Amino acid sequence: MADFGYKIQEDRQINYDSNDRTLFYFLKRVEPSISLCIGCGTCSATCTVGQFTQFDLHKIMLYVRRGEKVHIANEIKKCMLCGKCSLVCPKGINTRNIIFQTRKFLHSNK
Amino acid sequence: MSKSVIVIGGGIAGMEASAYLSAMGFNVTLFEKDEKLGGHLLNWERLFPTKRLGSEVLTFLKKGMDDKIKVHTNTNITKINSENGKYFVTNHNNEIFEADALLITTGYDLFDARRKEEYGYGIYDNVITSAELETMFLSGKPIVNKQGKVPKRIGFVHCVGSRDRKVGNVYCSKVCCVTAVKQATEIREHLPDCETYCFYMDLRMYGAKFEELYNEAQEKYGVTFIRGRLSEANETIDGSLLVKVEDTLVGRPLKMTVDLLVLMVGFEPSKGTKDIARILNLSTNSNGFIEVVDEHTLTNVTNQKGVFVAGTTTSPRTITNTIYDARAAAAEIACYLNLYTIESRVKN
Amino acid sequence: MSYNPFVLPFSIGLVIVIILILWKYFRWVFSHEKAEQKKIVKLIFSFKIFSVIKEIFMEVLLHRRIFKINPVLGYMHSSFAFGWFLLILGGTVESKLHSHHAFNMFYEPIFFKFFSHNINGFPFANGFKFLMDLILLYILSGLVLAMVKRLYKRMFGMKKTTKLRLVDKLALTSLWCIFPLRLLAESLTSAQYHNGGFLTDNFGNILAAILPVNQLEYPAWWAYSIALGVFFVMLPYSRYMHIPTEMVLIILRKAGFKTEKKYTGFSRVEVQSCSRCGVCLDACQVYSATQRNKMLPAYFLQSVRFNKKGKQGLTDCLMCGRCQEVCPVGIGVNAIRRVKRNEVFDEKGAEFEYLKDSDSKTKKADVIYFAGCMTHLTPTIKKSMVNLFQKADVNYWFMDEDASVCCGRPLQVLGKEKDANILADKNRELINNSGATLLVTSCPICYKIFKEEYNLNIKIQHHTEYLNELVNSGKLKPVNLNFSAVYHDPCDLGRGSGIYSQPRELLSKISITNKLENEKEMALCCGSSLANLPAGFDDKELMAIKAAEELCKSNPDYLITACPLCKKTFVQACNERKIGKNVKVKDIAEMLAEAVM
Repeated sequence: MADFGYKIQEDRQINYDSNDRTLFYFLKRVEPSISLCIGCGTCSATCTVGQFTQFDLHKIMLYVRRGEKVHIANEIKKCMLCGKCSLVCPKGINTRNIIFQTRKFLHSNK
Repeated sequence: MSKSVIVIGGGIAGMEASAYLSAMGFNVTLFEKDEKLGGHLLNWERLFPTKRLGSEVLTFLKKGMDDKIKVHTNTNITKINSENGKYFVTNHNNEIFEADALLITTGYDLFDARRKEEYGYGIYDNVITSAELETMFLSGKPIVNKQGKVPKRIGFVHCVGSRDRKVGNVYCSKVCCVTAVKQATEIREHLPDCETYCFYMDLRMYGAKFEELYNEAQEKYGVTFIRGRLSEANETIDGSLLVKVEDTLVGRPLKMTVDLLVLMVGFEPSKGTKDIARILNLSTNSNGFIEVVDEHTLTNVTNQKGVFVAGTTTSPRTITNTIYDARAAAAEIACYLNLYTIESRVKN
Repeated sequence: MSYNPFVLPFSIGLVIVIILILWKYFRWVFSHEKAEQKKIVKLIFSFKIFSVIKEIFMEVLLHRRIFKINPVLGYMHSSFAFGWFLLILGGTVESKLHSHHAFNMFYEPIFFKFFSHNINGFPFANGFKFLMDLILLYILSGLVLAMVKRLYKRMFGMKKTTKLRLVDKLALTSLWCIFPLRLLAESLTSAQYHNGGFLTDNFGNILAAILPVNQLEYPAWWAYSIALGVFFVMLPYSRYMHIPTEMVLIILRKAGFKTEKKYTGFSRVEVQSCSRCGVCLDACQVYSATQRNKMLPAYFLQSVRFNKKGKQGLTDCLMCGRCQEVCPVGIGVNAIRRVKRNEVFDEKGAEFEYLKDSDSKTKKADVIYFAGCMTHLTPTIKKSMVNLFQKADVNYWFMDEDASVCCGRPLQVLGKEKDANILADKNRELINNSGATLLVTSCPICYKIFKEEYNLNIKIQHHTEYLNELVNSGKLKPVNLNFSAVYHDPCDLGRGSGIYSQPRELLSKISITNKLENEKEMALCCGSSLANLPAGFDDKELMAIKAAEELCKSNPDYLITACPLCKKTFVQACNERKIGKNVKVKDIAEMLAEAVM
C-alpha cells in the first residue's frame, strides 16, 4: 500500500469509557485508603527512589484511578518499599500496601 | 435588676459580644487571661483581604466597650458552679462572680510547628511561623533572616498543622491560605527583589475579595504558586533551607533553596478553650473544639443550658466571621435571658 | 500373660501412633544434610545430653516456662504431662513388682487393676495403691482446671484461648475422657474386689450403692481403652502432636538446628511443637488493637502446618517478636514467618537497574554515619548526631546526607530477599570504598540488616552503643539533666539485636529513668513496624496509643526512644487528645546532644 505519511495515532485522551479500572477497584477493596488521595505530592517529594528515577507515586495513584495501567507496570517495580511516603502522607494513606498490592495484581494479571 | 452575663475570653469575639450585650442592657463582666484585650489581633499588623491595619479593627472593638462593662484582665478561671440556673465563676483570687448566662470566647491557639518535625521549626534557624513574620511586620524593623541577611527568596508552606491526620488535625484552618497570599504580597512590598513562593495543596479563596487578592498576588506582585506539599526541609551550610516538594502540576520533583521558610500554622482549640470545656463539661468535637448543639441552626448553643459560645472557640474562622458570630451569640443570649418565645426552638 | 479383647483399641492406637510419629521424625531429620545430622549424634554422645534431658524434664513434663507465666496454667499443663508420666511410670513399676517379672505386656500397667484383683503381697503394695490414686487425682484436678479454663480464661492470665479445629476437638474430647473413664473403671473394679486406693475405693463404694457395678465394670474398661486408642490415632493430626515433638525440638535445638532461610525439617518440628496453648495471643498487639486473628502465631503455625496458603495473615504481623518471647516452647515464629513470606513474595522482583547509573560518591573517613531514610523525617536526630560527631572530634562521613539507597530491610521483612540484596550490594560498595572502620546508624531497622546480612568487615554500631562508648571514653562529657524519663526499646534494637544495656547506661547518666511494666524483651512495639503491610493509619494509631498509655503511666518528663520511626509514632500519640496528657518524645541522641551543650 502506498505510504501517505499518515499513521494511526495513539489516543492521547484518557478514555473513561473504555479504560479498565479493575486495578483501582481491586485496590479500593484491599486498601480502601487509596480513595483518600488528594494528590498533594508529599509522597513523591520525600521518595527515596525519586532521587534516582522518575518514579512518582502520586502520579501512579492517579493513573491507577484513571485506569491507565500501561503507564505504571514498569514504574511500580522501582519502589524500595522503604515506607517514607506512608510516614509523610497527610491523609494517612497506607501507600506501602498500595504499591505492594499493585505489584501483586499486575503480576497475577499479566 | 437587669440580668448579668459573664464573658470568658477578651479577644475579638469576647469584645464584640460584650459590647452588644451591654448595649442591650445586660450587666456584662469580661474576663481576659492576658494583660490587654484584643487576643490574637494584637499580634497582626495588616488583615486580609484588603491589608487594612489590624489596629483599626481593634479601635472599633474598643469603642464598643462602654464603661458599664466590668473588665478583668490578667484573670484566670479556676472553678464554675451552677445552681438554680445561675452560674458562679471563681477566679484565681478566689473571688466569686455571679451570672445568669455564660459566653465562652476562649478561642484558638496557633499550631505548635515543632510537632511537624520534618519542616525543621525549632531546629533550623530560618524556619519561622506566619505569626513570627507578622511580628516582624509589626515591629517595623527590616526583614532579615537569623544571620542578618536580607532574604532573596522566601517560601510559604500552607497547611502546617491543618488537614493533616499525622498531627491529629483533619480540618482546614480556613485563614492560612489567604494569610500566605497576603504575607507574600507584603514581602514583595517590603522587599521588591525578594522572590516569594507559596507551596499549597489547595488554595481556598472562598471569602469576599479573597480571589481578588490572589489575582493581585499573581499579577501585580509576581508571587509564584507551586502546587505541592512540602515533605521536608534541610538546612544548608549557610543557614538557608533546601526544600523538597513535588511540583504536582508539572509532575516532577522540585528542589529549591530559600532564605526564609514561613510555616502557615493552623488553628487548634486554645488551652483556655480546653480548660473551660473540662470545667463546664462542654462537649467537644473530634477536633477538640467546643461542639454546638446544631451546626446550622444553633451555632452558639452548647450542651449546657445557659452556656453559649462564639468565635474560634467552635471552629477556625476569619475575623469577619468571628464578629458575625459574636453578635449572633449576643442575640441568642438576649433571647435566652429575656425568655423570648423564639427561644422555645432550642431543645436542650 | 493377661489378655482381654478390650485392650485392643489402646494397643492398636499405640502401635499406630508410634509408627506414624517415628516415620515423620525420620523423614524430617533426614531431609537435612549429612553434616547437620551428625550434629545430633555428636550431641547424644556428649555431656550436653544431660542438659537436654533436664530441659525435657523441666519443659515437656513440668512446663516450667508456663508456670512462670501463670502458675495455675502451669499447674494445669504439668498435671497432664507430668501426671500422666508418673501414672505410666508408677503403673509400670507396680505391675512389674506384682508380676515378679521384668517384662510384661505393654498394656498391663495401663489396665493393671482389671487384671490384678489381688494386689497385696509385694513390697509397698498399699503405698502404691495410695500413690496411684493420688496421681490420678492430680491429673483430674488439672482436668477440672482445663474445663474451667475454657469458661474462665482470665483466671489463667489469658484474655483469649485458641479456637479449635475438628480433629483437635475430637482429640481434646478423648483426652478429657481418658482420666475420668480410668477413675470410673478402676472404681467399678474396686467396688467388687477392693483393690483400689483412697480415691477409687471410696468412689467405688459410692457407685456400688447406686449402680449395678458388676455389669458396668467391663464396658467401662472398654470405654477407657477406646478413649486412649482414639486419642493416640488423633494425636499426629491434632495439636497434641506437640507432646512428643517438643522433645525432638529440644534435642535438635541443642544440637544447633535453626530455621534460617529455608523451610526445613527442623522448621516442621518447630511448627508441630506448637500446642496452641494461646499464651502468644495476649502478647500480640495487632490482635489486641484490631481483633484480627489470622496472624496470631498459634493460628499462623497451624495454617503453615496444614499448608493453607493465603489464609495465614502472612503480612499482617509487626514481626516485633513479643510472641516469641512468651512462647513456652521457644518456637522461632519470626524466622518461620520470614521464610513463608519469602516463599510467597520473593519471586515478584523489583527493578533496580537505575542504581547502576547512580553515582557512588564515597568519602574517605574513619566513621561512616548512616542516618537512615526515616531519620531524614526527624531532623533533630540527625542534627544532634552531627553535633555530637563534631563535639567528639570524629572524622566522619555522612553517607546518606543527600541521596540514599534504602538499607533493604523494609523489603526483606516482607519476604523480598532478592530485591533487598540488590540494595545491600549498592550500599556495601559505598561502605567498603570509604575505608572506614566503623559504621554508625541512627535507625535500628538499618542496624539489624547491616549486622545480619551485609557481611561487612567493619564494626557496626547503633548510635546508642556508639554514643555510650564516646561518653565512657570521656570524648563526650554530658551533664546530668535530672529529668525523669522512660525508655522505649525499639523492636529491631532490643529484641531484634539484643541492645538493652547501652541505652540504659547512657540514659542513666543524664536522667532518672522510671521502671516500666513491659520492657526489654517484653517491650511493646510502637505499632509502625514496616513488617506489617495491611495495618493502616487507624490500626497503627490504636497500637501507638495503647503503647503510649502504658509507657507514660508514670508521668515522665520525657519518653525516650532510639529509633526515628518509634519517635515519629509516639510524637503523634503522646498528647492530651490521644492519651490524656502531653509527654515530650525524644531520641536518646537528642537528649545527649542537649546534655553536652
